[in-house]
Amino acid sequence: MQERLQDESYKSGKRVLLNGNQAVAEAVKIAEPDVIAAYPITPQTPVVEKLAEFVAEGVLNSEFVNVESEYSALSVVYGAALTGARVFTATSSHGLAYMYEMCWWVAGSRVPLVMALPTRSIGAPWNIHSDHSDVMILKDVGWIISMAENAQECFDLTLIGFPISEELNIPYSVSYDAFMVSHTAEVVEVRDVELPKRKQAYKILPNSEFALNAVTVNDARHKARKTLMKDLENSRRKIEKIGRCFLGEDFSLAEKYRVEDADYVIVTYGGWSGDFKDVVDEMRDEGVKIGLLKLRFLRPLPEEELKEISGDVLVVDRSALYKFGGMGGEIKRIIPEAKNVIAALGGYEIGYSEIKALVRRFVSGKIGEVEWYP
Amino acid sequence: MKEITWCPGCGNFGILRAFKNTIKRLVEEGHEIGKFVVASGIGCHGKIVDYIELPSFHVIHGRVIPFLTGLKLANPELIAIGFAGDGDQYNEGLDHLIHAAKRNVNITVFIHNNGVFGLTTGQFTATTPKGRVTRTTPKGNPEVPLNPVMLALVSGATFVARGYAGKLNQLEEIMYKAILHEGFSFVDILQPCVSFNNTWSYYNKKVVSLEKPAKSLEEAMKIAASNEIYTGIIYEERRETLEEFLKIK
Ligand SMILES: Cc1ncc(C[n+]2csc(CCOP(=O)(O)OP(=O)(O)O)c2C)c(N)n1
Ligand code: SF4
Ligand SMILES: [Mg+2]
Repeated sequence: MQERLQDESYKSGKRVLLNGNQAVAEAVKIAEPDVIAAYPITPQTPVVEKLAEFVAEGVLNSEFVNVESEYSALSVVYGAALTGARVFTATSSHGLAYMYEMCWWVAGSRVPLVMALPTRSIGAPWNIHSDHSDVMILKDVGWIISMAENAQECFDLTLIGFPISEELNIPYSVSYDAFMVSHTAEVVEVRDVELPKRKQAYKILPNSEFALNAVTVNDARHKARKTLMKDLENSRRKIEKIGRCFLGEDFSLAEKYRVEDADYVIVTYGGWSGDFKDVVDEMRDEGVKIGLLKLRFLRPLPEEELKEISGDVLVVDRSALYKFGGMGGEIKRIIPEAKNVIAALGGYEIGYSEIKALVRRFVSGKIGEVEWYP
Repeated sequence: MKEITWCPGCGNFGILRAFKNTIKRLVEEGHEIGKFVVASGIGCHGKIVDYIELPSFHVIHGRVIPFLTGLKLANPELIAIGFAGDGDQYNEGLDHLIHAAKRNVNITVFIHNNGVFGLTTGQFTATTPKGRVTRTTPKGNPEVPLNPVMLALVSGATFVARGYAGKLNQLEEIMYKAILHEGFSFVDILQPCVSFNNTWSYYNKKVVSLEKPAKSLEEAMKIAASNEIYTGIIYEERRETLEEFLKIK
């Protein structure tokens, strides 16, 4: 898919060495938000620094606000977005937790905006390394959530985030693993595209007769939440349409990797999908019919692709919710026999050979309903 | 105890030394070592508690003060001391400083004020001077810096001091009195960050020792507002603490 995303017909941009954070910043530069506000946190900091640099060099015409906290960052961009401004913010981990109240408020207000979220563990104990605990707290708030595997997808999924969010009036997050993706440089195709002008369902301007989010009795709140959740569930076609327009005809919410005749399918998302694909290749060479489904979006959940799977399924998560990993429990709703592994929290190093051993255990039927690794 | 990982030449070394000497003196004078508890925020400063042999807590970014407030109210016999950064206390957790000053719980906070987010490698904070170029303000900081001493005074702090990591005798004296003060003690410590905001020679030239604390809040405000950078105990007042009001002490 990676190669196909960079199909000749879309190669109008330039190819440069960028890490995930820089790739996000390059895409934001194309979107040219009117207002950017963020508070530094590892591993997100370089995104913000890069954007600050673009503004200073005069190659990005955005108002840049160095706020006093993450709570303030999302509040500032929310205020700007309500007046029709295109906006961007970025955070990670505890920063997301601290802005959590605003995450709900933004979604409930149906305000389009884009947030980068390099995923990092949430304490305690203190840990700055990768897992998906943070994105999981955003998962059920009512945001569109994409998950990049590599720097190219960081660029692509950030770029399309603006028109998608603005089409659906739902906030959009692009997530990618701390360090493994955020700080690892790869060759990235910086597409030479123009995004459409911002649009949104409503704006509040000086002459607007509009009182937003006044106290409601229960039916208004009920209706607002219901509409948001239904719109999110049904957002798939619009996301794909926009994705295909900018990234190529093959774009979809999930990447099917050698799944066609597979007896075994691993479901992954994020940075380590590449390692799992390598294991798939190696085991295919040995004659095992195995494939992989990579979720490029967690919200909306790519249910169609999940339903198409016919073989045994292993969902590999990098976060723990009650009893299951971040996606394992809900994928079991679609595939009740799916197995689930909760692996490598807090940046626990898991190498290729360990991944291979894990997949082998799955193929030999030795993985229980839910397992922790280690 | 962990190996020290601060950059060689960092102002935090002075703060650590002054604090260790202060604890030694307090213990020699009869304070029970088991009564001291330390907590720190997130940042380079936060590592200090790993280098001190006292029971310690790492608190999330910005929240040292409310944490210590709870700890102290549940254990009024403890001597609760916090270390926070400028980013930690004057950005992310600023509201707690104002409320703690107003509430007057008997805790002490030392702020490692280096004018920069050190640990995240050099972005602007609330005390970065206007116009300063940092990694998030490449065109120069557009905002005027906060005056922490003045803020603590107007918020009602009953012990307000400014120390300097390069004047250790004075810093020890300030720390000693801050810890013994009954009520909320606030100490802003000027701390050069050799990697991202090296202020050693600037402060060595600029810092002036204050002979004695101000006699009134008004006078203290003048000292805080002055163009001179005064160090020393700027204001001290005895006011009923929250523990006294609640009769838990
Ligand atoms: C909620 C939250 N936001 C952001 C961070 C990232 N962070 C870690 S340390 C730090 C800045 C520390 O600056 P300061 O308090 O001045 O301490 P210094 O490193 O300068 O001692 C930041 C922003 C965090 N840990 N938690
Ligand atoms: S970055 Fe600055 S504050 Fe942090 S240890 Fe180094 S000199 Fe000290
Ligand atoms: Mg600092």
